Amino acid sequence: MQELELKNLYDDFRDGETIKAYARIIAEDAKKLEKPINIMEVCGGHTHTIMKFGLPQLLPKNVNFIHGPGCPVCIMPKERIDHAYVLSMQDNVILVTLGDMIKVPGSNGSLQDARAKGADVRFVYSPMECIKIAQDNLDKTVIFFAIGFETTTPMTAVLVQQVIKLKVPNILFHINHVTVPEVMVELIDSRDIHVDSYNNEIDAFLGPSHVSVIAGSKIYDKFPKDYGRPVVVTGFEPVDAMQGISMIVKQFVEKRCELEIQYKRVVNHDGNLKAQELINTYFEKMSLFRWRGLGNVPDSGLKLKDEYAQYDAEKVYKSVLPIAEIEDHKLCICGDILRGMAKPQECTIFGTACNPTTPIGSCMVSSEGACAAYYKYGNLI
Amino acid sequence: MTKTITIAHGNGGEENNELIKKVFYKHFENDILAKSEDAAVIEDGKLAFTTDSFTVSPLFFSGGDIGKLAVCGTCNDLAMMGAKPKYLTCSVIIEEGFPTRDLEKIVKSMKKELDINGAIVVSGDTKVVPRGSVDKLFINTTGIGEIEYKGLSASHLKDGMSVFVSRDVGTHGATIFAAREGIELESTLQTDCASLYPEVKKLMDSGIEIIALRDATRGGVSAVLNEWAKSSDVCIEVTEESIPVQEEVRGICEMLGFEAVDLANEGTFVLCVAKKDEEKALEVLQETHKTATLIATVSEQYKGKVILNSSWGTKRFLDLPTGELLPRIC
Repeated sequence: MQELELKNLYDDFRDGETIKAYARIIAEDAKKLEKPINIMEVCGGHTHTIMKFGLPQLLPKNVNFIHGPGCPVCIMPKERIDHAYVLSMQDNVILVTLGDMIKVPGSNGSLQDARAKGADVRFVYSPMECIKIAQDNLDKTVIFFAIGFETTTPMTAVLVQQVIKLKVPNILFHINHVTVPEVMVELIDSRDIHVDSYNNEIDAFLGPSHVSVIAGSKIYDKFPKDYGRPVVVTGFEPVDAMQGISMIVKQFVEKRCELEIQYKRVVNHDGNLKAQELINTYFEKMSLFRWRGLGNVPDSGLKLKDEYAQYDAEKVYKSVLPIAEIEDHKLCICGDILRGMAKPQECTIFGTACNPTTPIGSCMVSSEGACAAYYKYGNLI
Repeated sequence: MTKTITIAHGNGGEENNELIKKVFYKHFENDILAKSEDAAVIEDGKLAFTTDSFTVSPLFFSGGDIGKLAVCGTCNDLAMMGAKPKYLTCSVIIEEGFPTRDLEKIVKSMKKELDINGAIVVSGDTKVVPRGSVDKLFINTTGIGEIEYKGLSASHLKDGMSVFVSRDVGTHGATIFAAREGIELESTLQTDCASLYPEVKKLMDSGIEIIALRDATRGGVSAVLNEWAKSSDVCIEVTEESIPVQEEVRGICEMLGFEAVDLANEGTFVLCVAKKDEEKALEVLQETHKTATLIATVSEQYKGKVILNSSWGTKRFLDLPTGELLPRIC
C-alpha cells in the first residue's frame, strides 16, 4: 500500500479550480431557487472554514449563511468559566483544560489571568496527558475541565476509564460536554416559552462532520423528517464545504428534503459504536444545560453518572463553586447571531468594545466563534 | 491595559505592542525609540544598537539551543538595519542547580555563532538565583553593529514594490511546538535558527536597492507585514499560494489549528525591494535558500492592511496574531 502523506488529507480539498467549479454549479442551480435560502453551518469549525477561505464571496446573493452555536468554548456560560477559575485558585490544584478555553473571561477574569496570579493552569492537546501530570504531582489534585461536543467526549470518557483502571488517586473531572442535535432543535423549535423560535430563518443545516464521525449521521435523521430541514453532513476543507452547499441547493431545486453525507470518507450512519458505548458507560444527560447566548437547552449537556460521583469536581468542590447564573453584557447580541437573526456587524460593540483581545460576548471568545471569524478575516465583499 | 501581565503580552502581536506603548514608550519616550525598528540607529546613522532576552523551553532543541538563539537574535536585529554585528554583551541568570556541562555547551554554541557573524563578546554578567526563581536559564545579549547600508526602514514601502521571504516560514515555531511537553509529535523538523548577516551582506553587495528588511521572529511573517503596512500606510497584497511552507510545518499547523505565517522564525527574514530589482533579489536570496520567494506586492487598496488573495479569487485580511498560540480543540 502506498504510504499516505499528511498533505493527501487536505491538498486536493483546497484546489482552487475545484472550488471555482463548485461556485459555478451553485450559481447555476441557485438561479432556479424560488426564494433565497439560509444555510446554518452548525459547527464553529465550518464558520472558520467559510470565513478563512472567503466562501461567501463565491456564492450568489440568494444563498446565505447563518452561523451556528457549535463552538464549545463560545457556548460556555460565564458561571461555568467562574467554576474553572475558582477551582484553579484552590490550594494544591492543577487545572487542566483544552486550547483556547484558557482565554475566555469569566466574571473574575480568564484562566490565563488566574495563571498570572499564580494558579497552576495547563492546557493539553490530549486529555490523556492528565495522567502523567497527576502521577508527577501526587501531592496535588488535577482537575480536568472537560469541554466539547460529541467529538471530544470520547477522549474524556477514555480518561475516566483509565483513571479508574490505573487507580490514579488524584484526578477529578468538571464536565461541560454538550450535544449537537438538541441545540439544533432549540434553534428551530424551542421549548422555552420566552423564545419565539418560529421566527428563525434557518432553511437547512450543514452538519458538523467530526461530530458524526463519533455519533453517526443518524443523530440528524429527525431534521428532514420531523422539522422539514435538509441536513448535509459536511467536511471542513473548502472543497468539502462548497460541495456540501451545492448538495443543499440541489435539494431545494429538486424539492427534496433529505439527510445526505458529503463527508463520506469518514462518516457513516451509525458512527463509532465503540466510542458511543464508552460515553454511555460514564456519562448521562443533564436535564438542562445553560448555553451562553441561548439560555437553557433541554437534554443538551452531559454529566458523570452518580456512581462516579467521587470523580466529579462539581460535587467534591460543591461548597466553593458559585451557582448564580451570570448574564452577558446587555449590548451583546450573540443570542440573536446564534439564532440566525443578526450578523456580527449589526452589533453596536462589534470590533470596538468587543474584540478578540477583550471579548464581551460568546461569539468573539474563541477563534471559532462567528464574531471572532468576522473580525479576524474581515468582510471584504 | 489589563491589571496583570499575561503570557499574551509577550506574543509579539497586538497585546505585546500595547504593553510596549502603554508602559515603556510612555515613560522612555524619545525620537530614536519612537522609530521602533529592530535596532536603534545612533551616532548619525553610523551605529546600530539593540538588546534581546532569551528564554525558551526546551533549552536544547532540534537544530539549536538557547545560546545559538541568543547570538542569532541580537546579531540578526543588527543585520536587519544593514549593520555588521561587532560587539556583544552577554548576561546570564542561572537557576541554582543548573548543570555546568549544559552551560558550557550553550556558551560554546554562542561562540560558534559569534564567529559566523565576525562579532565578539566584550562584557558580561552572571547572576545565580535560588531554585524556582527562573526557569533554568535566561540569557540577555546586547549588541552594537556598524551600519554598512543606510536608510532601511519599515516606513519606506510604496505602491508597486515587491516583498520576499528569505526561505520557507514557520519552522522554528513548529519545531518548538512539536518538542513541547504535552504535545507528543514525532518530527524530523529543525529550527531555522541561523545568523542572517552573511546573507544580508550578499544582498548589500549585489547593488540592489533594499527598502526594508526584518527578521520574522515572534508573531511571524504576519507581524512583519502588518507592521510594515501600518508604518508605511500601504496595503500589502499577499498571494497565499506563494508562501513557502515545509510539508511538516503545514502538517503541524493543520493538526493544531495554526497558520505558518503566525509562527515564529529565528533565521528567516522579509525583504522589500523596488519592482525593478525583483529578479536580482530572488537570485541572490536563492543562493542561500532555494525556497526563498516573492510573496507579495505593495498596493494602495486597503491602506494599513495586509490582504491574502486565494487561488480561487477570494480575499481576506491577514491580521496580527493575537493572544497566546493555543492548539485547537477538535
